[in-house]
Amino acid sequence: MCFRFCRSVNSFSTTTLTLLCPLVAIAGLMLTGVTQAAEVSVAVAANFATPMKKLAIEFEKATGHKMQVSLGSTGKFYAQIKHGAAFEALLAADEKTPARLEQEGLAVKGSRFTYAIGKLVLWSQRTNLVDSKGTVLHTGTFEQLALADPKVSPYGNAAVQTLTRLARLEQLRGRLIFGEGIAQVYQFVATGNASLGFVALSQVMTDGRIEQGSFWLVPTDLYDPIRQGAVLLKAGQNKPAAVAFLTFLQSNKACELIRAYGYSFDGHVWK
Amino acid sequence: MVIALMVMFGNDDVWPTIWLTAKLAGLTTLILLLLATPLAWWLARGGSRWRAPVSALVTLPLVLPPSVLGFYLLVALGPQGPLGQVTQSLGWGTLAFSFSGLLLGSIVYSLPFAVQPLQSAFEALGNRPLEAAATLRARPLDAFFSVALPLARPGFLTAAVLTFAHTVGEFGVVLMIGGNIPGKTRVLSTQIYGHVEAMEYTQAHWLSGGMLVFSFVVLLALAMLRNRGALRVTP
Repeated sequence: MCFRFCRSVNSFSTTTLTLLCPLVAIAGLMLTGVTQAAEVSVAVAANFATPMKKLAIEFEKATGHKMQVSLGSTGKFYAQIKHGAAFEALLAADEKTPARLEQEGLAVKGSRFTYAIGKLVLWSQRTNLVDSKGTVLHTGTFEQLALADPKVSPYGNAAVQTLTRLARLEQLRGRLIFGEGIAQVYQFVATGNASLGFVALSQVMTDGRIEQGSFWLVPTDLYDPIRQGAVLLKAGQNKPAAVAFLTFLQSNKACELIRAYGYSFDGHVWK
Repeated sequence: MVIALMVMFGNDDVWPTIWLTAKLAGLTTLILLLLATPLAWWLARGGSRWRAPVSALVTLPLVLPPSVLGFYLLVALGPQGPLGQVTQSLGWGTLAFSFSGLLLGSIVYSLPFAVQPLQSAFEALGNRPLEAAATLRARPLDAFFSVALPLARPGFLTAAVLTFAHTVGEFGVVLMIGGNIPGKTRVLSTQIYGHVEAMEYTQAHWLSGGMLVFSFVVLLALAMLRNRGALRVTP
């Protein structure tokens, strides 16, 4: 009885060992693989959602790292980062938030840069509502005009500046509808609930052109430039993958891709 | 603290928001009690084979994420959506971004909170009170109003309180179909969200704290009334 028991234990352990050896080897390989190709966790402003998707694919292809992208509003990300969220980099919709994070010691000093300058577009789902000069804002042949909350969104702020400089803000105030962010404004207009709205050009642009509805590309002298800042956060300080992503974001390849969605740059040196 | 309070309540957009929230919750409660009473009665006492599917349908808003409700409502209320087509043909325009739209959303969203307490109250009545009324030659409608309704009073109070409180606490649906227009569709929960997004944490704290206290007091009052037996059903 005892003998049999011992033998069975013995045989069990040898089979386990023979099984374990390759397993350990595989696990070892996987571990080294993990240290080489890490995961980058990035918080990204909603207006940058579509270019980000392409950028992530390109970045993963080029480096073997994996991207984990969280989309949302810059204000919400600020609150989350302040309260310990472990994002490694932030691609904000403004430059104020990255600067504030740096000042408060939550971002790495000197890592800030402008990754894109956003453009504002007045867009409608209806094909003939918005003309190429934006006169629809003067004729007022629409029911509701959607824009992002100017307190929260730089694009909302730019929309208010535009309406103010055109001296249309007071006349149209009763017809304004506020989205909590630029993504919601798009929703309101895309579902036809709002006749037209101020969205980010990147939201309606695919392959360098706008395919749906009618639009007016708001002249850039009607609003202050929407400079969007990126920053390396404290959690990403010693993560090569996070640093690599921010470097990639400034490369010619990335900038070309970003430009295809209607963003512009200043000070980018095309090498 | 006193200064913060003064800043808070000296702020013009707080009171219209509180008033709008109360108006929305009050009207939702009123309309839902009217709609839910016959529905709950039918669910509690009817023998139709449609009872199970209808009951599931009524409970849906309880388990569906508000984002699903909000999204479907937004699509349905739009000019191409089925509800939007109806309201447009009636000459009301589209309902999104209006108080009526919010009211409709709240009615859908809070429906189970009105129906379920009423349904349990009607089920708890049993047959005896109504049979007794019938032997006294009360017609069914008469028996319903003079016997069943008074006996189901606790159910009505629970339904009213829960519907009101739940509508005050509504967020996802309002956010998606509201458009955040001050005095028209901006309610407390969306205003708090706006403050948080704009990094105005002081205001967010005051309003959030107020909501917490309000919700607790409402539920406490309901529990105390129940304990005192004021709400016990005595058939």
